[in-house]
Amino acid sequence: MTESPPPVVIDYTREPIVVVDNLHVIYRVYGGGGGKGTAATALMRILRRQNRPQMKEVHAVRGVSFVAYRGDAIGVIGTNGSGKSTLLKAIAGLLPPARGAVYTQGRPSLLGVNAALMRDLSGERNIILGCLAMGLSPEETRAKYDEIVKFADLKPGFIHYPMSAYSSGMGARLRFAIAAARTHDVLLIDEALATGDAKFRKRSKAKINELRRDAGAVFLVAHNLDQVEETCNRVIWLDEGKIRMDGDPKEVIAAYNEAIGK
Amino acid sequence: MSHPDRVGPPGGESVDTIAEPPALAGKSAESLAEFAARHGLTQSAARPPLRTYVRELWQRRTFIWTFASAKSMSMYTSSRLGQVWQVLTPLLNAAVYYLVFGLLLGVNKGVTNYTAFLITGVFVFTFTQRSLTAGARSIGNNLSLIRALHFPRASLPFAHVLVELQQLLISMAVLAVIVLATGEPITWRWLLLVPALALQLIFNMGISLAIARVGAFVRDIQQLLPFITRAWLYFSGIFFMTASLAERDTLRDYPWVGDLLQANPASVYIELVRIALIDSYRGDLAAYGWGYAHLWWYALAWALVAFIGGFWYFYRAEARYGRG
Repeated sequence: MTESPPPVVIDYTREPIVVVDNLHVIYRVYGGGGGKGTAATALMRILRRQNRPQMKEVHAVRGVSFVAYRGDAIGVIGTNGSGKSTLLKAIAGLLPPARGAVYTQGRPSLLGVNAALMRDLSGERNIILGCLAMGLSPEETRAKYDEIVKFADLKPGFIHYPMSAYSSGMGARLRFAIAAARTHDVLLIDEALATGDAKFRKRSKAKINELRRDAGAVFLVAHNLDQVEETCNRVIWLDEGKIRMDGDPKEVIAAYNEAIGK
Repeated sequence: MSHPDRVGPPGGESVDTIAEPPALAGKSAESLAEFAARHGLTQSAARPPLRTYVRELWQRRTFIWTFASAKSMSMYTSSRLGQVWQVLTPLLNAAVYYLVFGLLLGVNKGVTNYTAFLITGVFVFTFTQRSLTAGARSIGNNLSLIRALHFPRASLPFAHVLVELQQLLISMAVLAVIVLATGEPITWRWLLLVPALALQLIFNMGISLAIARVGAFVRDIQQLLPFITRAWLYFSGIFFMTASLAERDTLRDYPWVGDLLQANPASVYIELVRIALIDSYRGDLAAYGWGYAHLWWYALAWALVAFIGGFWYFYRAEARYGRG
């Protein structure tokens, strides 16, 4: 369909933090209809050795290669469904590669809005469990607790309610606050700034800049191109799971605007 | 281009799957994988070495315990009676089985204290059964957590078995009251309850890990499990004495059936708990000339085999959990 992706040029003078090597990610989803859904059709399907129609394979990332170096802040842009979030999840090691590999220094962490924790538990429990799951000790968790609550800035009392009672903005804020409680080698931020109100956005931007100073490399997925341009020193444009362009923010964003603006 | 200073991948880990050659510019002969390895980068989705994995898991022990407590607290929050169900569920189960097997069918042959015998069996078996069911769902029900945060995935089956352990301890308190109420004395053998249940716990963790991996990739297992556990229930000597069954005319010529039923892990743990708690049951066994010392060896062997095998089996797929 489109032109072949730009070749990868290794810069030997800089220290790599993330190497993505011909990465393909395929994930499976169940449900979504297909077939008539009766026992007889299911049996015929098994006899004919066909795959389940309810199981769909989504080939979201198709052969992405690039190298991120220390100090890079890379914006990932693209239309909806271009594979941005999947790429970030794969870099974080949360979605296994179908082919190719991702090499990272240390353990990458993903701050995402879709990263739900445990809906049936209270915000308080989620903070504690989230911190412990990230590998913080119980003492560190206790020390961080107030900071997280303060940063999430929920309505009074909501911290004791189950997360299923939270509005989507509140849930996202709490999750972001939990994930930001730890320093990270590689920081992946997926639309985290897009959630919450203007007040929270301002505070979370300051938090991200703070986290960036400690991290080796930062990735940012956002639809707000101005924000990408002012935070990043490099932009990758993904299109249908492939790299369309990789380079200077101004150039890439200009080309992207031209392509979608027609 | 050659690199005289090239070193192997540090720590002897990472790169266990060799990727295809990437789309490289003609300038360099070094692949991205080699470049990454030279700088000591590791595969982010790769399974950590066993040692690291066990260490990370041990480091998450507070997480596992807190997760289990939170889950067992939230389990009945939507029901009106709340935590009362933790006691009520096993009691109602025991009542139904007592009605059917004790009163209607009358299979209490050879058992002096059938009430205590039956309820012990039901409670102990429930622990294994529920561990298995919870284990099968432990990955699928926590996908959001798995996709959000990094932690050794074996934490989840462990946590779910601990939820069931907390249930079991409540059941055991109820059981102690029932055993005393049916006229059994407290003896030093009650202490044997601790090693017996500890071994059962290890066994349950093992099978729960194994079924967690199966359940994560083959969801059909959740439809199949109720039949498996029910079949297991009927073969585990819960409603009848395995000894009296083996003495029946139809089975007398096939002594291996009795041996097999006796070696069944669920039956082993149930018998050990009965022997520890019910004073009269030791006499019942002696009447058939059945010993019970060897059961400890069975219990130990089952626990070790299940735990080591289950852990290894689960760990092998560590990198793939969360993918659909």
